[in-house]
Amino acid sequence: MIAQVPEIRISQAQLLSEPDPSGEQPPAEAASQQVSAIRAYLLARGNSALADRGFHWLMVLCALSIFGIVLLILTELVRSSSQVWNQFHFSFFFKAYFDSYTGLPNYWDPVNGHFSALPFVYGTVVSSLLSLVLAVPLAIGVAIFLTEMCPKALRGPLAFLTELLAAIPSIIFGLWAVFVLVPLMREYVNPLLVRSLGWTTFFTDENPTGLGFVTAAVILAIMILPIISSLTREVMTAVPHSQREAVLALGATRWEMIRIGVLRNARIGIVGAVILGLGRALGETMAVTMVIGNSPEIHRSLLSNGYSMASVIANEFTEAVSDLHRSALMEIGLALFIVTIIVNVLAQLLVWAVTRGAPARVN
Amino acid sequence: MKAGENNLRSKIRALTDNGVTALAILATALVIAPLVAIFGYLIFKGATSLNLAFFTQIPKPVGVAGGGMANAILGSAILLAVASVLGVPIGIGGGIYLAEFGRGTKLANAVRFTADVLNGVPSIVMGLAAYSLIVLPQGHFSALSGGVALGIMMIPTVCRTTEEMLMMVPHAVREAALALGVPNWRSVLSITVRTASPGIITGCMLAFARVAGETAPLIFTALGNAFWSSSLNQPIAALPLQIWIYAQSPYDDWHRLAWAGALVLIVLIVVAVSLVRYVTSRGVLKGAS
Repeated sequence: MIAQVPEIRISQAQLLSEPDPSGEQPPAEAASQQVSAIRAYLLARGNSALADRGFHWLMVLCALSIFGIVLLILTELVRSSSQVWNQFHFSFFFKAYFDSYTGLPNYWDPVNGHFSALPFVYGTVVSSLLSLVLAVPLAIGVAIFLTEMCPKALRGPLAFLTELLAAIPSIIFGLWAVFVLVPLMREYVNPLLVRSLGWTTFFTDENPTGLGFVTAAVILAIMILPIISSLTREVMTAVPHSQREAVLALGATRWEMIRIGVLRNARIGIVGAVILGLGRALGETMAVTMVIGNSPEIHRSLLSNGYSMASVIANEFTEAVSDLHRSALMEIGLALFIVTIIVNVLAQLLVWAVTRGAPARVN
Repeated sequence: MKAGENNLRSKIRALTDNGVTALAILATALVIAPLVAIFGYLIFKGATSLNLAFFTQIPKPVGVAGGGMANAILGSAILLAVASVLGVPIGIGGGIYLAEFGRGTKLANAVRFTADVLNGVPSIVMGLAAYSLIVLPQGHFSALSGGVALGIMMIPTVCRTTEEMLMMVPHAVREAALALGVPNWRSVLSITVRTASPGIITGCMLAFARVAGETAPLIFTALGNAFWSSSLNQPIAALPLQIWIYAQSPYDDWHRLAWAGALVLIVLIVVAVSLVRYVTSRGVLKGAS
């Protein structure tokens, strides 16, 4: 009897949590039945039963509102973009118009009713991928340094600084980029890129404005770095210490330990972190709008001006010339929503696959 | 022969190890550099243009010296108040469900997952949804629609931080309350939530700071306003919107105001983030455990 006493816990969380392995033993089972009997008595007692049930359902309602929001956004965007969808269907995202005089492509001309999202899709994809190329090695480097190499005293402040970077609003990145980064790119980086990488034909025209895909990618990389590195850090900390110790015991150097013991075990989560960073880069609006150049054209050169899906919405929505124009922008928004949802679901699944066993961490 | 080979290999391994360490330090330095650059510029440019007029005057026409962002500060405060009224109770409720009622259930996992996914949805999409939900039926831009867009964005963040804070409350506290015969709802609200309240409040502040800097969802909901306005039914100015407008302008005076606005915004955000860090690192539940 005395042995059973510690088993009695009138705590909801305990009852709802998965059964203990020890729950298979008959005495403990009896105890848990006993607990639910006490609980049933408590719940059935007087008016608190009604209040309790009401409170419970109110909280469930709050939780369900999260699903409601997703559905609401989806239905609103589908409804508002139906005009363009009925007219163009999927060709909205691939079609190319050509100017009858010059023969040059003219994808986006709202005044004359030419709507094709192709240059925006191109701009979003190119700037996001380019930013990943810049951000991923740095982010993983930072994560490795912070989890495996950094002296303990430095770890907290450095982690805080990267967190701070994540908290800076997009508009401030944009402001800084316009007044500091763009002149820097125009004067030094772009000419250097043309000189050293011009032969690849991706860096041909020396953009005199300093705006363009590369500048957008640099600022995007700075913005998505903290997300990728903090998630990478999280999955790397989730790798059990025994893995590291086992590799070290075989005589590995620190880097070999990181490569074999940590990175290999955390690779799925790191891919998830990178995809999450991609999701952020795809939807980033203000900073990109301020530096990408805002011209709906497709050029081979990465230094030329471009446009992105989020930027065209931000720039043109309030000044849309027709209902069709507004509907086209809504359609771009819908595409952005669906793509980021898919990317985020994928990323979360990958990250959860690694960190599920680890305790919850407050960032 | 064999020994020499081994010697060489271990030398290469040691060199690689040092090389990687150097690269990792370099990467960290490269990440800290833009942060320092941004803060340095903000403080340098912002502090030199910040004055009393910034907080007390509304924007002046081009060419007229002076002027400030008082109306934008008021506008941001109103927008954030609307957003908090919508976002904080629903977010906390969702968090309570996740931590107290639904722990381990499929529904709770689905909610948690959706909240994390919703966190990654671009803010401009929220603005589009609020536009189509409120601005279109009303027929004009309004502070209300901007507040709703921001409020929706707050819900997932508040929900997840509330959950994490409530998870840190020890079971013994709940058990003690229930053992005294307190109804469950009372125990949740005045014992569990109360114990975790410093954490929950800072979590709300974090969400608050995040949406305070959001521009994209306000462009076609709150729209911006060059004059005083406190009506929920009218377009309203907001600090980030005003920074955007000024940053795109060709006037030096306006650029200076944009830097000053950015400094005010960043101070607000840094304070919130530091508070969160302080509370979570010190342990929310000093009194409880």
